[in-house]
Amino acid sequence: MQKYYGWGLPYNASAYGADVDRLIYLLHGFMILLFVGWLIFLVVALFKFRSRPGHQATYKPDHFKAPTYIEVGVALFEAFLLIGFSFPIAKHVRTLPPKGEALEVRVVAEQFAWNIHYPGPDGVFGKTDIQLMVPANPVGLDRNDPAAKDDITVINQLHVPVNKPVIVHLSSKDVIHSFFLPVMRVKQDVIPGQNVPVWFQAKDTGNFEIACAQLCGLGHYRMRGFLIVEQPEQFAAWQAKYAPKVPAPAPVQTPASPVTVAKE
Amino acid sequence: MSEKQHSHDLPFWRKYIFSLDHKVIGIQYGITGLLFLFFGFCLMMLMRWQLAYPGQPLPVIGNLFSERMMVGGIMLPEFYNQLGAMHGTIMVFLGVVPLAVGGFGNYLVPLQIGAPDMAFPKLNMMSYWVYFLGGVAMIASFFLPEGAAQSGWTSYPPLANIAASGQTVWLIGMVFLITSSLLGSINFIVTIVQLRAEGLSFFRLPFFVWAQFVTSFLLLLAFPPLEAAGVLQLMDRLAGTSFFMPSGLVVAGKALEVSGGGNPLLWQHLFWFLAHPEVYVLILPAMGIVAEVFATNTRKPIYGYKSMVCSVIFLGFMSFIVWAHHMFLTGMSAKMSSFFQITTMIISIPSVILLTALALSLWGGSIRFSTPMLFAIAFLPMFGIGGLTGLPLGLAASDIHLHDTYYVIGHFHYVVAPGTIFALFAGVYHWYPKVTGRKMSEILGKIHFFLSIVLINGVFMPMFILGLAGVSRRLYDQMQFAHAQPTQPLNVFMSVCAWLLGLAQIPFIINIFGSLIWGKKVDNNPWEATTLEWAAPSPPPHGNFDAVPEVYRGPYEYSVPGQKHDFWPQNMAKEN
Repeated sequence: MQKYYGWGLPYNASAYGADVDRLIYLLHGFMILLFVGWLIFLVVALFKFRSRPGHQATYKPDHFKAPTYIEVGVALFEAFLLIGFSFPIAKHVRTLPPKGEALEVRVVAEQFAWNIHYPGPDGVFGKTDIQLMVPANPVGLDRNDPAAKDDITVINQLHVPVNKPVIVHLSSKDVIHSFFLPVMRVKQDVIPGQNVPVWFQAKDTGNFEIACAQLCGLGHYRMRGFLIVEQPEQFAAWQAKYAPKVPAPAPVQTPASPVTVAKE
Repeated sequence: MSEKQHSHDLPFWRKYIFSLDHKVIGIQYGITGLLFLFFGFCLMMLMRWQLAYPGQPLPVIGNLFSERMMVGGIMLPEFYNQLGAMHGTIMVFLGVVPLAVGGFGNYLVPLQIGAPDMAFPKLNMMSYWVYFLGGVAMIASFFLPEGAAQSGWTSYPPLANIAASGQTVWLIGMVFLITSSLLGSINFIVTIVQLRAEGLSFFRLPFFVWAQFVTSFLLLLAFPPLEAAGVLQLMDRLAGTSFFMPSGLVVAGKALEVSGGGNPLLWQHLFWFLAHPEVYVLILPAMGIVAEVFATNTRKPIYGYKSMVCSVIFLGFMSFIVWAHHMFLTGMSAKMSSFFQITTMIISIPSVILLTALALSLWGGSIRFSTPMLFAIAFLPMFGIGGLTGLPLGLAASDIHLHDTYYVIGHFHYVVAPGTIFALFAGVYHWYPKVTGRKMSEILGKIHFFLSIVLINGVFMPMFILGLAGVSRRLYDQMQFAHAQPTQPLNVFMSVCAWLLGLAQIPFIINIFGSLIWGKKVDNNPWEATTLEWAAPSPPPHGNFDAVPEVYRGPYEYSVPGQKHDFWPQNMAKEN
């Protein structure tokens, strides 16, 4: 895993990650430019106007024009950053891909694990119920629900196919967590009582990391999962291996919306 | 003055403990604030051991801690989380704000406006003692069976709602601290509006007074929502309400017995509605101090006084509508995040104006590199780094990757530690002669400065690298994550710098006590400054001025052409 991570931004394995990275690099270039220019001014001023015999302060030096220009320049550049980068990128990241094209998966966070819930071949998430949440059934899946028969639930292992949009429906059983995929430039708070979707599209296969980015208790520092990006065939094979042994029933009419754990 | 005569008859406990004198209260605030800063720093030095050498026993002092903090010198995660939460709380609410507003504000505002005292001396005393109680509650919470609060200084529910009893004490402590700030802020506002000396119009006020004035409004208007939120969370914990608890929570495999129907995001809105203005509560008094120190030590008026005053007022207004940039990742819509991104970019403009005006104030000066001036100069680039690194966090797109990482920690520490705290050091060195009648040692001061500026950058600069690498904040052991492992050597470096930074404060501690004895005695105006506090004796007696001062000009009339001296005090009727 070491080859993905170092002292700078982690490896980018995400289709939209390059946009986020470009903005981060641009910003740092701009920040360094401003800071260095400004530091030079500071050093020159401190040297030139140091107190020494024979030197006197000027009561009202000439009015400076440059600061106004710099000020306006900074304001315009900030507007450019907003309109040219941040708004469109944020919008792109927030806009979910069409449901038919994407793999949908639920991630139910708890202290201190990521429960992953796939809808299975029928593409419909089975009903869940907090009464059914026991260690063997961490998402509380109701196996009597026809839509649940082919659902797959695993812990801390998010398998996804490469080059296909993935929509992750995030919810939490207990406290606030934050779903962080460093290599995908994905980070989304997981708020109990809410179902927040987030999406990404992997452009590379590999074994990556899921981290919790929001303090969630004693085990926050070890709330770690794995993101495994595979070729579609491998992903299909993995799904087949983990599929429940009961044959899937005929497609059902239940609404496609995933049920949050937080529903009464 | 009869008031002055009267003060001599007061018994010790009325004169120095339950005092009504703004100067004594200011010193009480100042000393308590400095002690809390030191205590908060010690908590951080302990955390830095665990961060540098995760899971290794703390040498020498490790065995002094109880079993529920460290086992065989190895820090437990619950204790680490307590240290983190309490470090933040103590530094912000018990250290910097009391020192900057309670200490410097109380001592200097009445002096700088030529008033004999604050408008409401008893309220002032109450404000200090309520703060003191809040501080005692916070410290005492470490001795609870389950220890102090451990859900971060932000105390996000549901985690904070289901946390151990330390959280209850934290909330009670916060209610005390907020009440204290509210009492203080109303007192400042009335004092500044009502008690200015004859001739001291608003645009003749020293910038420091303006900064305190705007700060007081921020405290007065932003703290009540957090006080309400604190009481709501207290009710959630004690009375079975569910303001912040949604239905259907399952904690550790068991359904939580709460009525439900609440929303954890409500807390975040209420919290950040205070905590963003709070940033300006931390930074504005610091800018005020820097402006005073600059004017005195450049021997010229500060550049663009009026634009600075307008900027600081505008900043105050804007600070109320940027809070949700702390919440970009809570699932807010693109429209909502656009609004808060725009306001965040707008608020950067007055900040840049303030910083630019301060930097331009150097141009044309005759700069004395005294210790207070060195700290004040250092404030500029340090606060500059803090401000600039706010940019990637204020844009929702780059915030995705950087949110809740060490980048955030680096960002706000640059604003508050080498920013605000350096300015506060500048203030201590600058006004120490006024408070004690003696100067602090320049040699010790310069040792303190140069060691601190190098080491503090060693502590915070690497945090940006960790943040870019995606290392999350509040991790007890970052070695658990593959993406965080490569930056672990930087943690060792930061920790060593932090411990040395602790040692670098020894010259300051020696200086502050030692100068009481061996410091050079000074007259009223050792720095040859212009503002009214320098017209009072050093130290000023009860009632402050020998004669009621009258003001004839603006605050920074230095090097006025045609004058014999290079400073022209505000209260001097004739030429100087």
